[in-house]
Amino acid sequence: MVSVRGRAARHSFGGDDHIYVELDEEMNLSANFKVMAITSTIGDRGIDGVIDICPANASYQVRFDPDAIEPRQLLAELESIEAEVGDGTGFDLRTTVVEVPVLYNDPWTRETLMRFRSHHQNPDGTDLEYAARINGFDSVEGFVAAHSGSPWFTSMVGFVAGLPFLFQMVPRERQLEVPKYLTPRTDTPRQTIGHGGCFGCVYSVRGAGGYQMFGITPAPIYDPTQTHPDFEDFLVFFKPGYIAKFEPIDRDGYDELTAQVEAREFRFKQAPVEFSLGGFLADPDGYNRGLMEALDGS
Amino acid sequence: MGVSVLKPGLATTVQDTGRPGYYNVGIPPSGSLDQYSSLAANMLVGNGDDAAVLECTYMGPELRFDQPATVAVAGADLPPLLNGEPRPTWESFAVGAGDVLSFGFLRSGARAYLAVSGGFDVPVALGSRSTYALGALGGHRGRALAAGDELPIGPAGGAAPRRAVPEALRRNHPKHREIRVMMGLYDHRLTDSARRAFLETEWRLTPVADRTGFRYRGAELEFRDRDAPFGAGSDPSNIVDAPYPIGSIQIPGGVEPIVLHRDAVSGGGYVMVGTVISADMDDVGQSAPNITTRFTEVDLDGALRARHERAARLDALREAVG
Repeated sequence: MVSVRGRAARHSFGGDDHIYVELDEEMNLSANFKVMAITSTIGDRGIDGVIDICPANASYQVRFDPDAIEPRQLLAELESIEAEVGDGTGFDLRTTVVEVPVLYNDPWTRETLMRFRSHHQNPDGTDLEYAARINGFDSVEGFVAAHSGSPWFTSMVGFVAGLPFLFQMVPRERQLEVPKYLTPRTDTPRQTIGHGGCFGCVYSVRGAGGYQMFGITPAPIYDPTQTHPDFEDFLVFFKPGYIAKFEPIDRDGYDELTAQVEAREFRFKQAPVEFSLGGFLADPDGYNRGLMEALDGS
Repeated sequence: MGVSVLKPGLATTVQDTGRPGYYNVGIPPSGSLDQYSSLAANMLVGNGDDAAVLECTYMGPELRFDQPATVAVAGADLPPLLNGEPRPTWESFAVGAGDVLSFGFLRSGARAYLAVSGGFDVPVALGSRSTYALGALGGHRGRALAAGDELPIGPAGGAAPRRAVPEALRRNHPKHREIRVMMGLYDHRLTDSARRAFLETEWRLTPVADRTGFRYRGAELEFRDRDAPFGAGSDPSNIVDAPYPIGSIQIPGGVEPIVLHRDAVSGGGYVMVGTVISADMDDVGQSAPNITTRFTEVDLDGALRARHERAARLDALREAVG
């Protein structure tokens, strides 16, 4: 069972214009939630000289202009905000639950993974077969059922533009873990559903990558042209704290949604929710059912 | 009207002072890797600091001007040629409609900045004209220039040619660089001898040096053993994926340190052992493969002093040229 952990934060200057804060060495939802609470509070303060506030999995970073604020003064402000926020359990996160349609075992990631077989631990099978086996599933179907059966928390957005790191919202013993490729690929299809270590992801753009590839979504999650309906306000769809639920689709479903995307008509199924860490930790499965009801009621 | 690209050069992109404020969703600041030279080029042609320039990497483009303009080249020693005739760097000169601007071979440095009076007027994306090619954002169609592209030029302020940067305020490009770093972040994960070796090694820049990062070779560094924290990955150089400061130095597997620059990946799972100070990021940007580099340690006060010295040099430049 995940528990609320109390650890001292570790602070470090990243050059003269970044402060880096590690809240925990290991990944857990409590540390991530604390990151969300602290970084939202920093944002709300509107501190002069702060340029970027980057929440991450179990750490965060503030980039600032040292001509506008003395670095040690900013560090003291961050420490006082961290003390105020405490373990973050008093913080309710207003966020969004979203359904991500996935064609598992699709032809595009399969073609790509075959091209990079020499980079893989299991050159004789697919990434899905490997992931199913090392996580103790008898079949790929069983693995896909676990992968799509519980929601995932967006614990960080980044690496490249708009890429969500996703942390499965189940007790640790049920979390899927798969090592990254032995050496990274130079190519990954756009909108690939990936997995490395304990993190899932959706590749927002085509490019290099080291995560295992399980499938693909027809839905864009990054749109620099801002011509798709869900991107009218901003070019990145996922924000830290968004809760994603993968929904398996078949090839016909994929083609139908792709046609909607091309017609600029596709919209994510999504609903606003308020997420409470305490509520989740007390009963993860029950809490997740509530999230799914909110999504289905949308 | 504007500029037609006859040959694109090796990696020529539109850049400006950058796109701050979106690193939290993985969009890096971008902008000219050598801001000093980029600003100098703009001053020489009478532009404001935020006008967009062309960053020309190793090999310059060939451009036809479809309108008269004042231009200047600063940064790397990449000699400009106007209709085949040599023109100076660090000095503005006039071009006429129909003139062709090309470049000779790179003599030193890595990136030359071409400013044109009025600036390259590509659309502004998230507050900047800088190209972020990985995200197909900004610049000319979100990518490096290609033959056949046409770049619009903004309304010019009417600067006279033959403005020059005084010799003492020009950049030079030594074959060996001392790059100042603040150690920290995860440097405690290095063994004591590896931390010393990092600072004592004469590193050599590999050809893997682009707007995302600069990869060096020279020594193998050992990390302390540890029990891998959940989610970090088994290699001792792995951490739970975390944000990467611009200028931070990561050492995947203990070999080949990488200094991230202005098109950085915003985060990842490799230990970072320190960060290049803001005053020295321009020098990293002007580093070409095979130059040698020593990373020298400074503390926060040293980094802030260096930052003020750089600002004073920019003030002097503004005084002399602007």
